[in-house]
Amino acid sequence: MTVRLLPEVGRSQRRERCLAVWFPDWPITAWALAEGESVEHPVATIAANQVVACSAAARAEGVRWGQRRREAQSRCPQLQILAADETRDAREFEAVVRCLERLSPGVQVITVGLCLLRAEGLAGYLGDEAQAAETLLEAVIGDLGIETGRIGVADTVFAAVQATRSGEPVCIVPAEATAAFLAPLPIARLGDAKLSELLPRLGVRTLGEFAALDAALVRDRFGSAGQRLHGLAAGVDPRPVNGRTPPPELSLGVDFEPPLTLIEQVAFASRAMVERFVKQLSEAGLVATEVRVELATENDEFCAKTWASPTSFEAAGLSDRIRWQAQAAAGTQITAAITAVHLEPVAVDAAAHHAPGLFGLGPDERVHHAMSRVQSMLGPDQVLRPRIAGGRWLAERQELLPWGDRPRDSAPVDRPWPGQLPAPLPATVFPEPLRARLLAADGTPVSLDDRGQLAGIPVRLWAEGTTRVVIEWAGPWPVDERFWDAERYRSASRFQIVDGDGMGWLLYTDSTGWWVEARYD
Amino acid sequence: MRPQLFEIPAALTEVLPEPGLRPGSAYCLDSPGSLLQALLAEPSAAGRWCGVVGVPTFAAEAAADAGIRLERLVLVPDPAEQWLSVVGALAEVIDVLAVRPPGRVREADAARLGARLRDRGVVLLVIGEWPRTEARLSLAEPHWQGLGQGHGHLRSRRIRVEVTSRRVPGGRSVTVELPSASGVLAEVLVEPAPTRLPVAG
Repeated sequence: MTVRLLPEVGRSQRRERCLAVWFPDWPITAWALAEGESVEHPVATIAANQVVACSAAARAEGVRWGQRRREAQSRCPQLQILAADETRDAREFEAVVRCLERLSPGVQVITVGLCLLRAEGLAGYLGDEAQAAETLLEAVIGDLGIETGRIGVADTVFAAVQATRSGEPVCIVPAEATAAFLAPLPIARLGDAKLSELLPRLGVRTLGEFAALDAALVRDRFGSAGQRLHGLAAGVDPRPVNGRTPPPELSLGVDFEPPLTLIEQVAFASRAMVERFVKQLSEAGLVATEVRVELATENDEFCAKTWASPTSFEAAGLSDRIRWQAQAAAGTQITAAITAVHLEPVAVDAAAHHAPGLFGLGPDERVHHAMSRVQSMLGPDQVLRPRIAGGRWLAERQELLPWGDRPRDSAPVDRPWPGQLPAPLPATVFPEPLRARLLAADGTPVSLDDRGQLAGIPVRLWAEGTTRVVIEWAGPWPVDERFWDAERYRSASRFQIVDGDGMGWLLYTDSTGWWVEARYD
Repeated sequence: MRPQLFEIPAALTEVLPEPGLRPGSAYCLDSPGSLLQALLAEPSAAGRWCGVVGVPTFAAEAAADAGIRLERLVLVPDPAEQWLSVVGALAEVIDVLAVRPPGRVREADAARLGARLRDRGVVLLVIGEWPRTEARLSLAEPHWQGLGQGHGHLRSRRIRVEVTSRRVPGGRSVTVELPSASGVLAEVLVEPAPTRLPVAG
């Protein structure tokens, strides 16, 4: 039977229904599949001295998850104990995932034994969700002989997973009834040990009672993690089921025979392929927002990078990126002639979301085009947007991101960061600190004594090629970082100086001498 | 119709030739420090895009404190010889452009760029020399407050902003706090002289 799948393009405004498939006690099933055994008799898998999975027969004898080995054996003396083997569990689960993917692609594996699908595709084709669930279960029973599958369908990922634990083979939570379904479940279902222990003692025993608490109070008491769990209990789950994986035929590549050595030649020769790539995507009604560019050379060297764009990629933008990647990798990752260029769409979006406005481009697109033009002239790293990150050093705190790049994970700004400078901040910060000399009246350099105090009064400052008179000064303000890390440990003391011309300076001294960090001009 | 003037800090309304920056004009500064950031702050806060070309030492955090919106700021720290084309390209979309040219600017280049700036309504802030500027701003007589001999910290600076322009050849000046304790350019509040109370008896 060929199943026609509805194309799922772009972001839809309505919530997408999630279908979760759970195989309880998967390690037992995997062992049975691998060894060809049956699970009629009591079997349990033990990991870290605790039962993590047991067969139905073992459960009938009183064996439960979380019991210690001794207790399980005392309840069921003829229990067969298996060692945990995650590789085998994962390997056998692959077969299940492939079987499910034949019916509905885009299966997202959460953990071994539990996977997620979007409900619309198969449900839309077969008529309703119950039919879809039955079809999936029958496929797994028919192809692999596994009868332990449970399916839950709900509005959110969390609710669908909880629905699989309802005890029936198929449990469908109607749309908008998520909160009502979750309400009677115990707090332990959230999977957070701290909350599971604390909330019942405070009198909150079910998810419904937890969801009824005020969200702001939950955030104050339990932080953002608690806020997320509060949202889950209320039936709000921001996680979508997997970004849409584009079908592999949209990837394109071109081989060069003979291999090309000049980067301009590579860019020129791949131009036709790039245009075909963009055209293929637009024929499918898509544009690429993230593209992976792979370069291969004669010496079997390989250079791959994923480029993201705030809007979408056209042929000129992709050609530029192929060129920039080759330029950046030349000499380091790539030392031989290039034999192939391969483009693969990593993330796509509906073309309708990126169409230019009716009367020319919108203001943001115009800015983006102008910035991209300047990047073509100078290179992608020369057009930058500033962002404030965390840290104690001024140069470290200003992150400069190339236009079009997504922000990196960096130190958060709102932490205390002892050692920060008081306001007002200097308007000139040197990306690399400048060498300086701070001298006392007799011309000897001023330094810190063993207690970290200044030994001597600074009288003259030499910086940026000139000697200046020190009128006012203050310090030392110690800045110590990462004392626990021998490699990244940094210890310095900052000073502020006003010189004879009224210029303010921010200096620091460490084991290598005096440096200018910034200037107050 | 005369184009609308761009916003400037309140303390500078009396000294600039007009109570705002004229789109299409070029203004000259001596250095790319706190005065540049103060001039960018008001247009940026009003929603205009700002760009800084050729200043690798531009301090983003001080800029944010001065009032510049970082999400509408673009930096091109090292344009090398292509700075004219870069400025021309950025002038299409950026409203206030600051540039530090690496060397002397040829009259012809400046005239061509000036025509494009007038066409697009862009304000150019040049750190250095520029032919036919609207006004030249410089700083003089800085006095820092807050630092002593081994104690305190820099709190604020009183400084005089001197403006020379074609229209007012004699020049005008005003003393401001740049930066003030919060990082912005602020007016200096003149405290009224304490009145003497008549002593009874």
